[in-house]
Amino acid sequence: MSNPAGVPVLEPAEGAKDQHMVLNMGPQHPATHGVLRLVLEIDGEIVVRVYPEIGYLHTGIEKTCEAKFYQQIVPLTDRINYLDPLSNNLCYALAVEKLLGIGIPEKATWLRVLLAELSRLNSHLIWLGTHAMDIGALTVFLYTFREREEILRILEGLAGQRMMTSYIRIGGLAMEPPLDFFDRVQGFIHTFPEKIDEYSNLLTGNPIFRSRLKGVGYLSGADAVALGVTGPPMRASGVDFDVRRDIPYCGYENFQFQVPISTDGDCWARYEVRLVEMRESVKIIQQALDGMPEGAIKADAPKIVLPDREKMKTQMEALIHHFKIVTEGFEVPAGEVYQAIEAGHGQTGYYVVSDGTAKPYRVHMRYPSFATLQALETMCKGKMLADVVAVIGSIDIVLGEIDR
Amino acid sequence: MSESKTLIGRTEVTEGLAEHPAVKAILAWNPEALTDARFEFSELTLTISAESICAAAANLQAAGYNFLDDLTAVDWYPSSPRFQVSYHILSHRYKEHIRLRVLLAEASPAVESMTAVWPSANFYEREVFDLFGIRFEGHPNLRRIMMPDDWEGHPLRKDYPVEGYR
Repeated sequence: MSNPAGVPVLEPAEGAKDQHMVLNMGPQHPATHGVLRLVLEIDGEIVVRVYPEIGYLHTGIEKTCEAKFYQQIVPLTDRINYLDPLSNNLCYALAVEKLLGIGIPEKATWLRVLLAELSRLNSHLIWLGTHAMDIGALTVFLYTFREREEILRILEGLAGQRMMTSYIRIGGLAMEPPLDFFDRVQGFIHTFPEKIDEYSNLLTGNPIFRSRLKGVGYLSGADAVALGVTGPPMRASGVDFDVRRDIPYCGYENFQFQVPISTDGDCWARYEVRLVEMRESVKIIQQALDGMPEGAIKADAPKIVLPDREKMKTQMEALIHHFKIVTEGFEVPAGEVYQAIEAGHGQTGYYVVSDGTAKPYRVHMRYPSFATLQALETMCKGKMLADVVAVIGSIDIVLGEIDR
Repeated sequence: MSESKTLIGRTEVTEGLAEHPAVKAILAWNPEALTDARFEFSELTLTISAESICAAAANLQAAGYNFLDDLTAVDWYPSSPRFQVSYHILSHRYKEHIRLRVLLAEASPAVESMTAVWPSANFYEREVFDLFGIRFEGHPNLRRIMMPDDWEGHPLRKDYPVEGYR
């Protein structure tokens, strides 16, 4: 079908053709964090219009999901937001578990919280490093990637994979964490608050960093809600909502934490909110470590959860279940569910529609970056061209989750 | 609200959840527009007749359901009506999601655009238009968003092969 609305996107506005210029930023541009193409209409250095062109990374994951068994989709979810893989796994697993109506052992729930927060730290560290680098503060990038490397090593020990962990499965977790896992996490979060101070020392008082962010990219709370902005950018605009606290999932009601809010609505507010969020994540991880219950990490549902490797090799029944799950999948009761969680970038939601077979009828992922990108024009209009880079860094987008 | 409660059908929901703010808002506004309802997996789904979806959304927005969380579609091919557009609406005040549903016939499916109520519907509706071929009347810029502009077909339709046309 041809372009039905026929809206020209590459032409300057009528009446300003001599004055305005159209500039393409991306898809290959280091400050767009991937393959985002922005069509900017500029009047000298002033941005008149921002038009995001997306889809360069579209892989049709939602269509692929319809051809896979439920358990085969877990690895696909990693690849959508590759900076925060465990949150994706978690959201998908929670949605399918809601349809199945199975209970998850307490230890698995607590470990999931711990991992989701570790994953949030991972995501925020990349945001901080790349955001500061876009502004010109190169050093912080090396510092944050040092800590991120430690998180990735912990995840590697846990799941055998650094980034595409696929560790949170339907009905629990993939396997028992290794023996040194809790000590390593404890060691990491013991020193991490000092590291946040270190970043803060490098950036918060830095006059260049301050003047590049303060008062730049203002977004009002009403606009944030109208434009679908969620997560830290929404809270930096004064909207007090966090899914972890307000619609608790996965046992978050057992944890005490603050939800940082700012009313300034500019890039600086988003920076401050995320820094506090990292400190709160450390608190949640500490609580999870202190209160970690004993017990199983998989639900007692042999027809849904794969048996342990050892059992599969020694027990006939476990072998049969294993064979059945791998070859035929498991049937999920018909219905539709929507599960929202608070991921690193904002509110992630999975909409799973089942028709009662072993493959989902429809899986739709609501990812925060997709909606947040719509607010870009509001934040950049009438401002300097160079501020666009600061704004893109501050809303923390990932193109994998925009294009899916 | 108990977790296990399941209510299926318009009368069951309007009686069983008469105090629910969303049900109340819809019934107070226009009971005719609510064609079906269900409460399942502790999620409320309201099926609204296609011509009044925007008015219903505006009423819910006034009743405290202030955030359009998600908008997507499901293709029920070969059943009829073929398309379902799902709107997930979040209330920051009541701290819950509800789902609005519109059913559309196969022949030139179209529904009013939600952008007048929530500007955030813009990208979501472009995505649904691109991947399902459902038109949104009154959308400011209804162009393909994921696929190239000259792409043929709508990939998320059930009669579109997973491997694509070769």
